[in-house]
Amino acid sequence: MSMLSYEEKYRVRGGTLVGGDLFDFWVGPFFVGFFGVTTVFFSVLGTALILYGASLGPTWNVWRISIAPPDISYGLAFAPLKEGGLWQIITLCAIGAFCSWVLRQTEISRKLGMGYHVPFAYSFAVFAYISLVVIRPLLMGAWGYGFPYGIISHLDWVSNTGYQYLHFHYNPAHMIAITFFFTTVLALSMHGGLVLSAANPTKGTLMKTGEHENTFFRDTVGYSIGFLGIHRLGLFLAVSAAFWSAVCIIISGPFWTRGWPEWWGWWLNLPIWN
Amino acid sequence: MNWGIRTTVSLLAIVAGTLLAIVILFSFERPPLQSVQRGYRGVGMQENYNPRTLEVLAVANKVPGVLPSLGTAGPKAGTVYKNVKLLGGLSVGQFTRLMASITTWVSPKQGCAYCHDTKDMASDALYTKVVARRMIQMVQHVNADWKPHVVETGVTCYTCHRGQPVPANVWFENAGPPHAHGQLETESGMGYASGPAGLTALPYDPYSPFLEKDASIRVQATTALPSGNLQTIKQTEWTYALMMNISQSLGVNCTYCHNSREFGDWKQSTPQRTTAWHGIRMTRDLNNGFMTPLTGTFPPARLGPQGDVAKINCATCHQGVYKPLFGVSMVKTFPELRSVAP
Repeated sequence: MSMLSYEEKYRVRGGTLVGGDLFDFWVGPFFVGFFGVTTVFFSVLGTALILYGASLGPTWNVWRISIAPPDISYGLAFAPLKEGGLWQIITLCAIGAFCSWVLRQTEISRKLGMGYHVPFAYSFAVFAYISLVVIRPLLMGAWGYGFPYGIISHLDWVSNTGYQYLHFHYNPAHMIAITFFFTTVLALSMHGGLVLSAANPTKGTLMKTGEHENTFFRDTVGYSIGFLGIHRLGLFLAVSAAFWSAVCIIISGPFWTRGWPEWWGWWLNLPIWN
Repeated sequence: MNWGIRTTVSLLAIVAGTLLAIVILFSFERPPLQSVQRGYRGVGMQENYNPRTLEVLAVANKVPGVLPSLGTAGPKAGTVYKNVKLLGGLSVGQFTRLMASITTWVSPKQGCAYCHDTKDMASDALYTKVVARRMIQMVQHVNADWKPHVVETGVTCYTCHRGQPVPANVWFENAGPPHAHGQLETESGMGYASGPAGLTALPYDPYSPFLEKDASIRVQATTALPSGNLQTIKQTEWTYALMMNISQSLGVNCTYCHNSREFGDWKQSTPQRTTAWHGIRMTRDLNNGFMTPLTGTFPPARLGPQGDVAKINCATCHQGVYKPLFGVSMVKTFPELRSVAP
């Protein structure tokens, strides 16, 4: 793969967190680094273990392959490999790979002399995953509360776990998370539409600039957040969506065992109207 | 911003923050919790309990002491006492023991006089005695004919009454909050917290259609694409209200009976769903066969706002527990309550 003309000057030495110069090199277009090595190690091991787990299972139908966590009776102990132990090791590999990726992003940011916005944003997705398979199981006292690794099976888990609290839409943090997800989509669609419109003017006319974009939204909704602002807003919305979805599952179980609609009793019982 | 606005805004923020902190601190529960895995690992079918709440429930559902059995020897109650219509075949010892037990189960404070005219114990003058006789028949009917639901555990008066003349959990027809009529009529209580439906905004009276009338509970389509299922969203909301009510009454969640990947499929459901299916029919049978016919017997003060009699739902017996009284059978030493009196 060829290098972009200006890429050469960014391929600078240093900025690594671990290993000094040892892994400070590129393979083709890819920076390696210590965390590139650990990412590859954990991903390959984890994927191999998933394949091994699948070979033990009843099906090779990709939709139905499932690596299930241990029974709840194992608590926070290790389970035998074929009874959830695989899930535990695969979880370790996944966390290892995801965290390595965050740190690799950090090293690249340092190399380029830019802010840490990318690893910061991505770490919220990692946090959401860790909430599901580590934080909540720890608080509830068993690894068996994690979700199974399978395309259909993890959806069944989500559905059943939601119905454990009768009506998940009444979960206050779920409400906030959903609102952030939808707002992220709204903001991104407005921003994407705007950029595409400005970049693809009527044939024969010049591409429009930021002032046209601002004017469009000032005319439409009375306000334009601006070309820098929309990216800050987008980061905030997306990161908040991931954060609140982590909160909404951490509080389901450890901090509330009944139906979520019932939680709202405090509101109905406020001395103002009760 | 000038100084006044700044102060006001900060004060408002402090007040709002404090209120929010109070809500967050006092509205949630906390670990450790207890749970019961009810499916293959990782399927997510499990019951979650707060052990602190369970302790309270365990105390509330402690079974009272049972009077010693007095044997079947001796003269029959029917020959010794007058106006014994159901239990005449019992020995005087058995009969007296049952009467004393019913007093502790139903009216421990009011004593025998709650149902009997103490000057003439045989008299049917008090309505409570007429109702009590019918209720004994109901207990016998449940134990003898509704085994698919109550199995050998059975019920006694105490299962519902718990030492109170009127059971704590009964239902009356509910006209609901004020609502529009005519074309705008919705009548489902949307926008109001429904107590019977676990504080959701689902219909406020899930009892009348399902536990009295036999409206269809099944709303889910059995095929992925539309193939003639005419059930509406509204009907679905009624079903959900009933299901929320069952969950709340038994202290369990949806996955106690259903695998939510396919609610309607019996093969993927737990055996408890079958028990619940019979329970719904049992409740309907008891309301129509025993409670509603007693409407005229009760004084108006005992009737609901719509003039109907107090009726039975799941919570009447279950009272927040998956098996009433945590599955302890009180009827074991009362064989007279296990078969329908001739």
